[in-house]
Amino acid sequence: MTASDVGYNSKVEGEVIVTKADAVVNWIRKHSVWPMPMGLACCAIELMASAASRYDISRFGMEVMRFSPRQSDCMIVAGTVTYKMAEVVRRIYDQMGDPKWVVAMGACASTGGMYRSYAVMQGVDTIVPVDVYVSGCPPRPEALLDAMMKLQDKIGNETSVRNLTKTKKVASG
Amino acid sequence: MIDEEFIKGLLAKHSFLSERESIDCLTLESPSGELISFLEYLKTEESFDMLVDLTAIDHGEGEDNRFSTVIHLYSLLHHGYIRIHASCNDNNEPSMPSVSSIYPSANWHERETYDMFGIKFTEHPNLKRILMWDDYPYFPLRKEFPLAGIDTPLPAADVAEVTDASVEPAPMMGGPFVSSANGMVSDSEPRAKDESWTEKNEKPL
Repeated sequence: MTASDVGYNSKVEGEVIVTKADAVVNWIRKHSVWPMPMGLACCAIELMASAASRYDISRFGMEVMRFSPRQSDCMIVAGTVTYKMAEVVRRIYDQMGDPKWVVAMGACASTGGMYRSYAVMQGVDTIVPVDVYVSGCPPRPEALLDAMMKLQDKIGNETSVRNLTKTKKVASG
Repeated sequence: MIDEEFIKGLLAKHSFLSERESIDCLTLESPSGELISFLEYLKTEESFDMLVDLTAIDHGEGEDNRFSTVIHLYSLLHHGYIRIHASCNDNNEPSMPSVSSIYPSANWHERETYDMFGIKFTEHPNLKRILMWDDYPYFPLRKEFPLAGIDTPLPAADVAEVTDASVEPAPMMGGPFVSSANGMVSDSEPRAKDESWTEKNEKPL
């Protein structure tokens, strides 16, 4: 069996593939998510394990962890967000280039977790829009990988072209 | 050796000291005015060369001496601990002489004590908050401060404006989260233990 027998036939279709802009853009985006590891507590250890050889996040095309917000497009908030740190988290989020996504990893980032206290923000979704929440204290690497794949599915369904014209609020300082 | 003889000698030399009841190590009560000279003596003459901890106690509103600081020292020579307890004179604006000139490691301990209790350490080289942000208006470990917190603006005004967020009291449904040391892991994980009240049922008085 040769390549011409299946699928794409260049004699019939020429060198043209017809598709939607959204489909192409989303396909490109979802297979090269560059995470920004916002490691704030013990969840960051599991985040590191996800990137290491045993769990290997690079199987899903998101191994390029960048510590610079300018170069990354998915902030993984891994850990307890205190009110004092909330300002920093928001500023780093603002510094990331569009399009960008946020994963709240673990109980603390999602809801404040066990820290019902004066010092801890009760969920990072108070200050940044969260796309995927991961349960667990801390979540196992498999849970994070599952969340990242869910994020890929979500990116795949976005109306990316229409989103280009949307404006977002940015903290001025 | 920190024994009866040592304690007797110490008390005889320093008339301002008194011994406090304690179940573990030697605990002495010292007036705040004599604290610096006494610590200087302990470090140079009695080889208490390590400051293990410096913290404070809020004895509660209505007490004669509401705030007191507690200092733990360790002697590598005696292989023993000594605890010094000193009351702050003013209940409204408590202060204490800083010991960071004698034990440099006291610097951050005193900043934390100031942050949590509002005790001002005079002559401290850099007395500002260490855990909460600079503009935070309360002292969270004081007795009257609720664990859940008090409504306060976020430290950054521009972030607060964009996000509409502020420091809100944490929901305390079922009490604070605590963990028990024994039992199955599924039971000993941190959780609210008092299940008699929820978001729907009022907290029983």
